[in-house]
Amino acid sequence: MASLLSRFCRKLAVPGSAHGARMVSTTTSCGSETVKSLNLYSAINQALHIALETDPRSYVFGEDVGFGGVFRCTTGLAERFGKNRVFNTPLCEQGIVGFGIGLAAMGNRAVVEIQFADYIYPAFDQIVNEAAKFRYRSGNQFNCGGLTIRAPYGAVGHGGHYHSQSPEAFFCHVPGIKVVIPRSPREAKGLLLSSIRDPNPVVFFEPKWLYRQAVEEVPEHDYMIPLSEAEVIRQGNDITLVGWGAQLTVMEQACLDAEKEGISCELIDLKTLLPWDKETVETSVKKTGRLLISHEAPVTGGFGAEISATILERCFLKLEAPVSRVCGLDTPFPLVFEPFYMPTKNKILDAIKSTVNY
Amino acid sequence: MALSRLSLRSNPFLKPSTTSIRRHVSTDTTPITIETAVPFESHLCDAPSRSVVTSSSEILSFFRDMARMRRTEIAADSLYKAKMIRGFCHLYDGQEALAVGMEAAITKKDAIITSYRDHCTFLGRGGELVEAFSELMGRKRGCSNGKGGSMHFYKKDACFYGGHGIVGAQIPLGCGLAFAQKYSKEEFVTFALYGDGAANQGQLFEALNIAALWDLPAILVCENNHYGMGTATWRSAKSPAYFKRGDYVPGLKVDGMDALAVKQACKFAKEHALKNGPIVLEMDTYRYHGHSMSDPGSTYRTRDEVSGVRQVRDPIERVRKLLLSYDIATEKELKDMEKEVRKEVDDAVAQAKESPVPEPSELFTNMYVKDCGVESFGADRKELKVTLT
Repeated sequence: MASLLSRFCRKLAVPGSAHGARMVSTTTSCGSETVKSLNLYSAINQALHIALETDPRSYVFGEDVGFGGVFRCTTGLAERFGKNRVFNTPLCEQGIVGFGIGLAAMGNRAVVEIQFADYIYPAFDQIVNEAAKFRYRSGNQFNCGGLTIRAPYGAVGHGGHYHSQSPEAFFCHVPGIKVVIPRSPREAKGLLLSSIRDPNPVVFFEPKWLYRQAVEEVPEHDYMIPLSEAEVIRQGNDITLVGWGAQLTVMEQACLDAEKEGISCELIDLKTLLPWDKETVETSVKKTGRLLISHEAPVTGGFGAEISATILERCFLKLEAPVSRVCGLDTPFPLVFEPFYMPTKNKILDAIKSTVNY
Repeated sequence: MALSRLSLRSNPFLKPSTTSIRRHVSTDTTPITIETAVPFESHLCDAPSRSVVTSSSEILSFFRDMARMRRTEIAADSLYKAKMIRGFCHLYDGQEALAVGMEAAITKKDAIITSYRDHCTFLGRGGELVEAFSELMGRKRGCSNGKGGSMHFYKKDACFYGGHGIVGAQIPLGCGLAFAQKYSKEEFVTFALYGDGAANQGQLFEALNIAALWDLPAILVCENNHYGMGTATWRSAKSPAYFKRGDYVPGLKVDGMDALAVKQACKFAKEHALKNGPIVLEMDTYRYHGHSMSDPGSTYRTRDEVSGVRQVRDPIERVRKLLLSYDIATEKELKDMEKEVRKEVDDAVAQAKESPVPEPSELFTNMYVKDCGVESFGADRKELKVTLT
């Protein structure tokens, strides 16, 4: 099994081999495949090109996507597929998502972009009350499975209140939609293609911090990574760490540091938050007996709470220590205080140590 | 302010003797009537007259205030590029006439609420330069104690309600302010500013309907700078006649690069709102910078367009021409004024740089009322517990 090198610009190179409870990698060994070194926005761009190419009834729209978008994820699409399939919308999130639901209800694939996840709230009603419940309340006569909503989320270091939020927890509470968060360029391309082709409405959060920072070898062909399958990206025996998106980079650093102190950490990328892969996490925690969850969103009511409660139900007698959550603080996402707010490597390391030494 | 500056020029060795005559004129408040260059377009109301009553001192104050605003935005640009300002920074240069014209027509008890492009509106409301720069750099001395940043300037004593990051969210808020003003019966109004991008938000129409239904003294001002981030108005609005979009609510279209026209329109709007309820003003304006400092502003418009507007419609140049042609000031005096403003701004930046960042404990303050007793976990769940205040 070829190990894939994930190289992040300012971070250490960490080999991410996909062994463990589930073998998720769908690419064959690198022999005959062309791979290219791409960053996150280029990988997503490739995925969108492939999606539009393979399905003539797919559309990409949102604010400013025509010229390439504020993060360059939609570059070249309007030129290649025409203004009828890739177009700008006025500034109205509620309208954009509602419009997407309608398009999807007629059997099309609508890939909608919300410019920043912080602005998704006007569309919250459409997503929760319309998209998530359409199939259910029509008794399967109608559905908007072709809808995929993409939004950049997460901290960038200086984004402040409205360019840094992680709203995934709000959407994980809505049966009927799926929530997917990739951790790297190769994952993003595969997961986005899966999300677009999945017959359910999907909310796809992209870690904006990694748009340029993360560079990885990404296969050039059309491939999909299955949804609702978590991946063990690092094997270990003493403690299980669960995370998603950009936070995994930080957690990997903490794992390396913990190893120097003799603690062997198992790191799991959840990938899909709703519906999430409980089996993989359960198997891992039954092996290690300890669980730590980390996410940027505020700790109270964050998705870590759901993971913690479920694992407690399933692994109670196997747990050696309480489940630890190292998350954002319960404040609005601050401007100057961002370094204090964020769940940093050291906070995770401290929590690893105190959980192991409980 | 103008007077103290002018006294510097009384030195006879530096100035020709004719300056002493000009000194009377430039602080002169005798009314002058000037016609606006462009007529007003109206919807469901009678447009106000094109003849604006002003005075030499007012026009001079326009010049000074706009030069100060322009200089502030340019300084913010450099500070952002030097990474002293982080986050997102949305600059107002090109639109200064709106801020000064509005102030000239209203009092500090009338409320203004705007979007994230709020630096100059804050200065217009009497905000200090050092407070603005401190806030931009996230320092304690900032108007929001360093906790808001570029998009969240507020000034309570001047009824400036900020400073909002989410597009269009300030409009229903503004109508709510007007509602409170109507209750208080004190004859004040609220100006809720938004952009051409926000004009397509559903909440605008919801708020407008309520304001019209209950006759609220709300004035909705669309700052139409023709681009919603990267999308031009003709590509985002079926009807780019934003002053008509109120449908049953009267509207007025104004040349937003002409400070006098803005003053006239705002004066008219205030009188209208107090008698007849809401009115929509569309200010035809332009921003030279991109949407924010992260946007070069050239991927969706040509450089020729930007420089064209700068040559033909620049608000400061207009006022300069007015001052020169009415003989209110000389070229040299205006250049001196600009130099003074530049120095003011540089001094404020230096002062702001010295202000410290807020204390780390401030991270947990101002969330709830004090002694609300809500606990939050700090960095490490097991150790640091904080009570939110």
